[in-house]
Amino acid sequence: MSRPPGRKQEYHKISRELFVLTYGALVAQLCKDYEKDEDVNTCLDRMGYGIGVRLIDDFLARSSVKKCRSYSETADVIAQVAFKMYLGVTPSVSCSSAAGNEFSLILDKNPLVDFVEELPAERASLCYCNLLCGVIRGALEMVHLAAEVTFLQDRLKGDAVTEIGITFLRKAEDRKHKRN
Amino acid sequence: MADEALFLLMHNEMVAGLYRAAEQGEGENGRCTTKLESMGFRVGQGLIERFTKDTARFKDELDIMKFICKDFWTAVFKKQIDNLRTNHQGIYVLQDNKFRLLTQMSAGKQYLEHAPKYLAFTCGLIRGGLSNLGIKSIVTAEVSSMPACK
Repeated sequence: MSRPPGRKQEYHKISRELFVLTYGALVAQLCKDYEKDEDVNTCLDRMGYGIGVRLIDDFLARSSVKKCRSYSETADVIAQVAFKMYLGVTPSVSCSSAAGNEFSLILDKNPLVDFVEELPAERASLCYCNLLCGVIRGALEMVHLAAEVTFLQDRLKGDAVTEIGITFLRKAEDRKHKRN
Repeated sequence: MADEALFLLMHNEMVAGLYRAAEQGEGENGRCTTKLESMGFRVGQGLIERFTKDTARFKDELDIMKFICKDFWTAVFKKQIDNLRTNHQGIYVLQDNKFRLLTQMSAGKQYLEHAPKYLAFTCGLIRGGLSNLGIKSIVTAEVSSMPACK
């Protein structure tokens, strides 16, 4: 069967669209099930956490990143390798604290909101992409880095860019907990 | 494909999350399946629109089913349907011997009773796709031995 050229590209696009559309349907369903925005946000975060703890295995298997020696290296890897691999975008990283344990990932283009124009009026405090926060948190926890991940700015709420803040809570325990 | 892993994990979380919520709340299994199916329906509608933007008009129902089995399935699950059977009177059976969403679960009869939960979304996906192509349908799934399903 002769196929038009560029079909592979299309499949790749469809794959991503499937994910984005499914995510949209998921958020819509959660909004129907829960009345309060905080409940939806918590649910998304919890789901993201569950995905993150499993995704980290997949990520480490596919990429050949070496052990990160510092928080800033970790943040760089998340932005440049992980985001690129799974969402096809590369956020820029900036360190926002003197102590060196708070970073922000700034996304110009967020593929998850490709089909979303705006949040409905009654859902003003919904963090649409809260799943991402959970994913990052879960993945980091599986490599023994406790972190708090939240949205600092959200394009859907009128800010200029989407900004995810990662705050590492404890010192990286790389000496004591050696992986065997 | 990296995207696939993400979708697979998210799908599993969705199923788990919905059922967990149901257990805590009113606890009716049937409603969860309906919710999953309707989510799949919405996604299927959107997806088929974007996918068939540039393809030629379909000649008949069989043509549409072949499209679903080959192109649509390949785009979504990276493989084609292994077997398509029909009685030419409106009933089609699509058989996938290695259904992507079930391969990670088991390779036989283990966890068979949980399989239908994971097929609800895909049933909705197909129903949504067909509905936007102009066909009203009922889609059901049957699993006799993982990871094959009909």
